Amino acid sequence: MTIVAERPVTTARETVEPAPQPAFQEAAEPVAKDILIIDYSGDLEKVWATMILASTSAAMGVKTRVFVTFWGLQVFVKDSKRITGETWMQKMLSFMQRPGVSHRKLSKMNFMGMGPWMMRKLAKKYGVASPKELLEAAQAMGVEFIPCQMTMDMFGLKPEDMIEGMAEPVGAATVIGLISEHSVPLFI
Amino acid sequence: MAVVEISQHVDARGSSCPMPIVKTAQAIKTVASGQLIEVLATDPGSTKDLAAWSKTTGNELVEQSVDGGVYRFVLRRK
Repeated sequence: MTIVAERPVTTARETVEPAPQPAFQEAAEPVAKDILIIDYSGDLEKVWATMILASTSAAMGVKTRVFVTFWGLQVFVKDSKRITGETWMQKMLSFMQRPGVSHRKLSKMNFMGMGPWMMRKLAKKYGVASPKELLEAAQAMGVEFIPCQMTMDMFGLKPEDMIEGMAEPVGAATVIGLISEHSVPLFI
Repeated sequence: MAVVEISQHVDARGSSCPMPIVKTAQAIKTVASGQLIEVLATDPGSTKDLAAWSKTTGNELVEQSVDGGVYRFVLRRK
């Protein structure tokens, strides 16, 4: 049996190497996409990143939503709330980690609050807005902060525990729906 | 040089990323289409950032200069 390998006829044009594509292709028209940030973490440094990206995205005229879930939900509890939840376990959880955007801890080098304190000092010195200021700016520019219904229930959080202006709680299907349709997701 | 009338001033001096952009975005909404706003910033990153902001939002960056560490931008509302 003979195997006839059919060689494709190569023309001069086909063998020419394609020109290297630029790493960043400039679109003629800005692409109309919106951004969905999934704020999973309650750690200070990640909350900061969430707030910086959300406020910048809204400032750039991009429709921006932030889905707030798990530890991220603690960030959106009112600063004045100390204990949340109904059962002793839920209460213990909030007692162990104080909720509120102004009471975030660093994931490393927290040193019982010394780390965040130094971070705040440095931020002030270099004119970096605090997560709270950025959150307020983001809300003023129309960023939607959407809590996760399931985590709200699990942590025993009630709508009145949360800061003003939060959107209606939704579930994972809404998030996936947005991503599959038009939203660019960022998981933080 | 023609006299340019600035309708709104933004002082973002001393503020780091992303506040110059956030303040600019908030200020541009207060002026009518075609009017100019002036932004002052000390964040060196703001030169690139405001150019990117202008490109994405379509508000034209009319003028850009630097004087003693202070960056000055003039933008026209789309």
